[in-house]
Amino acid sequence: MWSRRQGRLRPTVCGVEELRRRRREREAALRKARREQQLVSKRLLRDDAPEEAGEGCVAAILGETEVQQFLRQAQQGTEEKEREGALVSLRRGLQHPETQQTFIRLEGSMRTLVGLLTSNQALLQLEAARCLHELSHSEQSTVAEACLPATSYLLTYLSGHSSDFIELCLYTLGNLIVESEAVRRQLLPQGIVPALAACIQSPHVAVLEALGYALSQLLQAEEAPEKIIPSILASTLPQHMLQMLQPGPKLNPGVAVEFAWCLHYIICSQVSNPLLIGHGALSTLGLLLLDLAGAVQKTEDAGLELLACPVLRCLSNLLTEAAVETVGGQMQLRDERVVAALFILLQFFFQKQPSLLPEGLWLLNNLTANSPSFCTSLLSLDLIEPLLQLLPVSNVVSVMVLTVLCNIAEKGPAYCQRLWPGPLLPALLHTLAFSDTEVVGQSLELLHLLFLYQPEAVQVFLQQSGLQALERHQEEAQLQDRVYALQQTALQG
Amino acid sequence: MQLPPALCARLAAGPGAAEPLPVERDPAAGAAPFHFVARPVRFPREHQFFEDGDVQRHLYLQDVIMQVADVPEKPRVPAFACQVAGCCQVFDALDDYEHHYHTLHGNVCSFCKRAFPSGHLLDAHILEWHDSLFQILSERQDMYQCLVEGCTEKFKTSRDRKDHMVRMHLYPADFRFDKPKKSRSPASAEAPGDSGERSEGEAMEICSEPVAASPAPAGERRICRHRIPSTICFGQGAARGFKSNKKKTKQC
Repeated sequence: MWSRRQGRLRPTVCGVEELRRRRREREAALRKARREQQLVSKRLLRDDAPEEAGEGCVAAILGETEVQQFLRQAQQGTEEKEREGALVSLRRGLQHPETQQTFIRLEGSMRTLVGLLTSNQALLQLEAARCLHELSHSEQSTVAEACLPATSYLLTYLSGHSSDFIELCLYTLGNLIVESEAVRRQLLPQGIVPALAACIQSPHVAVLEALGYALSQLLQAEEAPEKIIPSILASTLPQHMLQMLQPGPKLNPGVAVEFAWCLHYIICSQVSNPLLIGHGALSTLGLLLLDLAGAVQKTEDAGLELLACPVLRCLSNLLTEAAVETVGGQMQLRDERVVAALFILLQFFFQKQPSLLPEGLWLLNNLTANSPSFCTSLLSLDLIEPLLQLLPVSNVVSVMVLTVLCNIAEKGPAYCQRLWPGPLLPALLHTLAFSDTEVVGQSLELLHLLFLYQPEAVQVFLQQSGLQALERHQEEAQLQDRVYALQQTALQG
Repeated sequence: MQLPPALCARLAAGPGAAEPLPVERDPAAGAAPFHFVARPVRFPREHQFFEDGDVQRHLYLQDVIMQVADVPEKPRVPAFACQVAGCCQVFDALDDYEHHYHTLHGNVCSFCKRAFPSGHLLDAHILEWHDSLFQILSERQDMYQCLVEGCTEKFKTSRDRKDHMVRMHLYPADFRFDKPKKSRSPASAEAPGDSGERSEGEAMEICSEPVAASPAPAGERRICRHRIPSTICFGQGAARGFKSNKKKTKQC
């Protein structure tokens, strides 16, 4: 998947610095949009880069007469090449929002385009589909809604055989889905779910990737938990999605990325997660995690985090389901290789993508919270020290690391004995020097557990100026009760 | 971040785990003012915790979408003709030929040579147009199946089925792959006002002259300039192919 994408990259004229600057801008825009809960908007999907002239010259905006002329030529021209050429010119013009507006305002234009889309002229059909695809990129929902007459045909063509054409239809549908609730409201009764369930059996990787994209857009819709996810869960789609995520020679990273995100949107909506557990989601995702950790060691491939992120999220959220215990899911995951794999991924994030460390630690928390087995694995695999090395990364990461350590310590003396002596106490003395209240608070909780189950630690704590470290926080409202309690324990011990 | 050297080996080895250490909790552990409780955490869809990962995902999607919109350069090959009997379309790119083949020759009715976009629609067509048993049975029971994948409703007439598809499935009333089977009387021609439609079906219906008079002789333009076999259409209008067999001699 990765090499195919790179092969289709347009050669750009701008340099590395310019690319980096643009990427930072895009990232800032996305971050802002997410905070406003607008991340699913089309305008963020299509990055405007008019300077990149992939096809030679920048297309001109077309006026009403020109649009009409091209449509007439396409419909009634005498030479095949002429008709195709007219549609190509129209498509280029449709890259401009102004032309898109002109097109949709022109009476009969969509009707003509749909007529060409459903014609028996294969190449005209393809070019008409490309025009529709261009329209689907619009940032205006009015343009997306103008495409409504075409949707039943796009769905019909999903059960065809021409893989390039199906791929195009899927990306077009995905774009339309993102932009307009009116489109989604029409697509569901038109049978998009059964159409996708049939199409997902295609052997073509490009089709599957496109399908995953379209499905992920459908699942991100605001109304998805109530209106869309139940029918998806009732179809055969979940089983097929999980099949695409099974590690092995047939696993395609690009396809897996799309379906992993689809699964994440389904799972975090919490509609019916036990159903997914029943389909073996925990087992599949657990094996995939192991596979990812193996891949991370072998290749410098930037991009594995795109798959790792949703897999971690799915596993973490699924582990909170009560069904995990009953189906024996925990048993499947009692395998300590899961912990080993997770730490290998944590190291990978540490080096390549530190912003994903919290997500990895989230899974570690959910694995260790109620599991003596996994807590023991962390100890027996000597993973406490690497865990402590993550403390300086950020406050969020510190709190999570300390929480995982609390998960271990709260299990009693057998566990605390393995936590001390060692690097833990010095690390705690260090975090007590932080100013962040939550970090300090979590440190205090851990200290409390350590003192309770491993009283010898108290002496060493005192010797290493622990009391002074505590004193610093005795005025802090959220901390003072616990500080006082610890001071008492230390002085009495 | 330094991992213990044995870790990679552990990953490569088989499944398993050490015997868990015994758990022994003291009630004082959770006593006030301390409040730590070990619990798995769940994050819902819109939680801010997901911000970083979501942003990465969308940056990736932006790149993908940009690249999908690019029309790839087609590798050209020496021109060759479609080998299907009666079709002399010429191509210089394999992708074009593949698409042509699937569109025109893929799901073709062997009775009337109409082409359909999917096997599902072809099956429905053959049943409803060419199966005499179907006609007999449909007088007594609901036989017209809804064309939407996954819908199992059946209807007495194709008209009822169309109404269902329009009302329940929000399909267009002039859905091109659900034309009712026409009787041969000229009076039953379709509304001529459809600007998007090719007029060949109707033209053939009303006057059995060849299409030369029609402004938009639809179907494919051949480089070899033979007239299009009149049996190539797309599920529209009447059964031209049955009308006048003498036209067939003019096909290529």
